[in-house]
Amino acid sequence: MSKGRFGIHGGQYIPETLMNAVIELDEAYRHYKDDPEFNRELTDLYNDYANRPSLLYYAKNMTEDLGGAKIYLKREDLNHTGAHKINNALGQCLLAKKMGKTRVIAETGAGQHGVATATVAAYLGLECEIFMGKVDTERQALNVYRMKLLGAKVHQVESGTGTLKDAVSEAMREWTNRISDTHYVIGSCMGPHPFPTIVRDFQAVISREIKQQIMEKEGRLPDAVIACVGGGSNAIGSFYHFIDDKNVKLIGCEAAGRGIDTEKTAATINTGSLGIFHGMKSYFCQDKYGQIAPVYSISAGLDYPGIGPEHAYLHDIGRADYVAITDDEAVDAFEYLSKVEGVIPAIESAHAVAYAMKIAPKMSKDKIIVVTLSGRGDKDVAAIARYRGEKLYD
Amino acid sequence: MAGVTDAFKNKNGKAFIPFITSGYPSLDITEQLVYAMADAGADLIELGIPFSDPTAEGPVIQEANTKALEGGVTTDKIFEMVKRIRKNCDIPMVFMTYANVVFHYGTEKFVKISKEIGMQGLILPDVPFEEKEEFSTYTRKYGIDLISLIAPTSHDRIRTIAKDADGFVYCVSSLGVTGTRSKITTDIGAMVKLVKEAKDIPCAVGFGISNPQTAADMAKKSDGAIVGSAIIKIITKYGNDCVPKVREFVKEMADAVHSA
Repeated sequence: MSKGRFGIHGGQYIPETLMNAVIELDEAYRHYKDDPEFNRELTDLYNDYANRPSLLYYAKNMTEDLGGAKIYLKREDLNHTGAHKINNALGQCLLAKKMGKTRVIAETGAGQHGVATATVAAYLGLECEIFMGKVDTERQALNVYRMKLLGAKVHQVESGTGTLKDAVSEAMREWTNRISDTHYVIGSCMGPHPFPTIVRDFQAVISREIKQQIMEKEGRLPDAVIACVGGGSNAIGSFYHFIDDKNVKLIGCEAAGRGIDTEKTAATINTGSLGIFHGMKSYFCQDKYGQIAPVYSISAGLDYPGIGPEHAYLHDIGRADYVAITDDEAVDAFEYLSKVEGVIPAIESAHAVAYAMKIAPKMSKDKIIVVTLSGRGDKDVAAIARYRGEKLYD
Repeated sequence: MAGVTDAFKNKNGKAFIPFITSGYPSLDITEQLVYAMADAGADLIELGIPFSDPTAEGPVIQEANTKALEGGVTTDKIFEMVKRIRKNCDIPMVFMTYANVVFHYGTEKFVKISKEIGMQGLILPDVPFEEKEEFSTYTRKYGIDLISLIAPTSHDRIRTIAKDADGFVYCVSSLGVTGTRSKITTDIGAMVKLVKEAKDIPCAVGFGISNPQTAADMAKKSDGAIVGSAIIKIITKYGNDCVPKVREFVKEMADAVHSA
């Protein structure tokens, strides 16, 4: 079996044209990941540019209101650019620069990864082009302008369903077109090896910090870590350093959209099946002939028909649970956290908050839950207003 | 029944290989196109099984894939069409599709049926050398050829890929996705030479070939020319009336290749 496997998942299912590029990337990454100079530079960027470490914040109001387990929020929303995506963008852009690349390309769904990549490209002096589905450019118009402001060129992708999967396909096509000076900054723990490993390692800073912070605050590990899952990068980052701590429950929250018994869903583990797509073997929403399904979620960032191969593996071995949260539940949680805690979460992160709201009241007060708030919700305010019937546009 | 390599055994040893997307604009037209292309001098036909997200294709073939799927074409319906074709025509044919179409159908079942209905090979552009074993185990078991691709970026990989190749080697002429190009700048002759040093196997060049001059030029440097997007463009332009137009184009291209 080929490189980069998580159980049966992962691999490198890509056109021959890209094979030497991913081999070169794998070699460069294996060199730099243990290079003290590279790690010092990356840590400086995390701390001095991206505002790390992010807070592990005790959500006192929420805890008291729900009346059960103690809830902590890992505040990735407080990072520069307002989401966890900057962790990976900094890591990959720095790596690209070390490899002598002068241009980066990236896909984006909600626009958070596009904004993070455009930001880091501006800072490190790299040329940047972002691919974004047409539907997403419409529902996240502010982020499109933000990327342009940062000097990136934004390509509107009209093929397929005009959402995240099509943006990934188009970015891959562009990479086969121009490889020698270009690095493809994949935004989630997906795609061909070595991307799932690279993205996980750069996002693992989240669980490394949680572990240290919770030990300082509580003197023990949490009982559960909860994060939302599209491709799954903030979740794998939140889980990674807890995988060997078997008493810590790991829970990924998928976007059920209108519900997992409808076709309007993006809950891959709950409704998908084994397949090969976007360079990896994993679970995908697809029909009986292997045609990829047009998925749906209110959240552009979770609106993806697949899931990273390491999550597929954690599901197979029963180490992590993957639950489905509907649009309605996520919107309720979005409003709840805003009102109760004074924190507006990204609609993606609201899926994780929603599940915490379900289980916390059933847990005793001596239990501890950590919920990763992957991003801030400013980008979603107009969409939520429209969901509630108000005619508000960006 | 002839095999893939028989396509390279006509008088000058050069093959013209047209590609069409099954079910575009309909399976009935696809069937007629196969007869017309075989009659016009094609040596081997690549039958595309459409995929929802064809990441190696440019806009022309992407559109054909989308339209074919919207028209309700499925892998099983394409198998039925091939059975009908095989009653009338024995030109060598290979399927060209994506890994998930085969994998999700059940790789062994897909390959077994392909053999039974008279297909000679399979091309999967998203399966590189590193991942081929899970497919070639079955193509070799049932006796069809899994076609290996090499690209301008392959360099030292060419030898390894060629040594283990079956049928013919598909030389991708240029960077990027499928589609017509004004010129091909890759040193095709050098790529072919590397293949031949590793294994005595035919090489055909694809991606970007759209006129008889380029086709003849590529055939001189290799053993054949593969043309897809240029044909799909004709199908798009003429719709249900495309068959005589495609026949005319294929004849011109095949003649150019056969006199290269």
